[in-house]
Amino acid sequence: MKSQNEIVDKVKKNLIWKSIFRRDYRNTVRDRAQAVFGNVFLHLHPVQVRESAVKLRFTWGMGGITFFAFIILVITGVVLMFYYHPSIDQAYTDIKDLEFQVPFGVILRNLHRWGAHFMVIVVMIHMFRVFMTGSYKAPRQFNWGIGVILLVMTFLLSFTGYLTPWDQLGFWAITVGTNMGAATPLLGYQGPFSEYLHITPYNDVRFALLGGAQVGGNALLRSYIWHCVAIPLFATILMFVHFWRVRKDGGISKPQK
Amino acid sequence: MNPFIEIITQPDNIAIVIMIFMVSFFMVWAFQQAFQNDRLLAAGLPVDGENDKFVDTFKPLVRIELIIAIVVMVGLTIWSIAVDAPLEEIANPTITPNPAKAPWYFLGLQELLVYFDPWLAGVVLPSLIVVGLLAIPYIDINPKGNGYYTFAERKYAVIIFSFGFFVLWLLLIVIGVFFRGPGWLWYWPWQEWDHSRVVFEPTKDLTALVGIDSRSLPGFIIGALVVGSYMVGGMIAPYRYWKKNNPELLTQLGMIRYITIVFLFITMMSIPIKMVLRLVFLIKYVWITPWFSV
Repeated sequence: MKSQNEIVDKVKKNLIWKSIFRRDYRNTVRDRAQAVFGNVFLHLHPVQVRESAVKLRFTWGMGGITFFAFIILVITGVVLMFYYHPSIDQAYTDIKDLEFQVPFGVILRNLHRWGAHFMVIVVMIHMFRVFMTGSYKAPRQFNWGIGVILLVMTFLLSFTGYLTPWDQLGFWAITVGTNMGAATPLLGYQGPFSEYLHITPYNDVRFALLGGAQVGGNALLRSYIWHCVAIPLFATILMFVHFWRVRKDGGISKPQK
Repeated sequence: MNPFIEIITQPDNIAIVIMIFMVSFFMVWAFQQAFQNDRLLAAGLPVDGENDKFVDTFKPLVRIELIIAIVVMVGLTIWSIAVDAPLEEIANPTITPNPAKAPWYFLGLQELLVYFDPWLAGVVLPSLIVVGLLAIPYIDINPKGNGYYTFAERKYAVIIFSFGFFVLWLLLIVIGVFFRGPGWLWYWPWQEWDHSRVVFEPTKDLTALVGIDSRSLPGFIIGALVVGSYMVGGMIAPYRYWKKNNPELLTQLGMIRYITIVFLFITMMSIPIKMVLRLVFLIKYVWITPWFSV
């Protein structure tokens, strides 16, 4: 026992440890508070929360699980980017390499794929929970709106990722999906009233989405950039606003009668 | 292998099976808590969470977050070890798979293509779903049921949302995933997919039922009248009803909210109506114009 304390002392009582952890943790009220607001990751939370926030039955933890799924996807996604070229000559073989060449490549890709499905599922359940508890009501109306946009972002993130393996599944799913763009009223070449704006397959919404009249190399590059840079950036900014507003609107909603 | 087992064990479809279980579980849990709170409310007792005290974030909340994170990570890892993500043949624009399906969460919208033209099913209706969701906090002026599960205090809101979420969104996804085969034809889980199967459905347009060509001028006028009276009648009928039974509600809502609510509602209800028209009465279009058809 004595030697154990000595070791702890050795580890803790030196310049390096003290520069990282400024205070000892002694489980006082002050220390518990300090643990939250003195930590950049935890200070997302208030120092104290209502009991409902720690009971599973009220929130189901779904918002947090969605965020956690997003983090898993960012991490696995960044690692996948090391092995991937967004060009139609290489994309498919890169995925094959994941299977046969890259250590743990299969499980890496599986985690990214199933994590994405999982995130879509839990974000929908989160929305259902927020609706059922009436948590979109005043003063949280605006944050519900942010959440709806984040739901759309989640769908778009998954959708743009579909094309990246450049296999038949992704190719035709994106073809089916973007063909809808061609039916946009006024702005798609097959949509109602588009002939009055002289819209053709070469200047309509679908062309803008694909960077061409068909799913090809430009579409792959566009979906890659939307998937890996633009939408995650936008979604992250919205997440900051979303979490910030949860705090500013009074934390987890409480019964107001 | 049994075609049903084959379909539900396809790697991507396992996610849908997981979704069915998770959504059913949380649906039951939500309504169970709602009814429980309703009983408390009826007895004049405080609802769950009303007398909440405060607890420290560190450690109760941080601990439960860590546990959930570990459970999720373990679950996803097991899923990723057990099931490999599919990789089909390299993309080939000259070989169209049949059926060509959109990603699973858009299959509800793809299913709508059976009943509506693409500009409605693929563009207008999805946009209205997003607009409608965004509008919810501003059109639901019921101050009750804020911050706790309840059914009795907000019946209409819960029923309408649940119908949209469970039936029009999730059920159509499940149909799209499990019941649609080649040619987007209906296949029961125990039926083998048959690529040569052709189903001839003698669909007609609405006016053809009374013997009028839907592409003629009288057909156009009748179709316009039917669609117009659905929209206009749908806008007026709730007004007349509430004016008589609950005039206070109309004053509280005001003109803009009323129009938004009723427009979104009748648009939403046009989906099941058109589905019944198409599936039961084999009606393709109600109204054909030179620009679009509905």
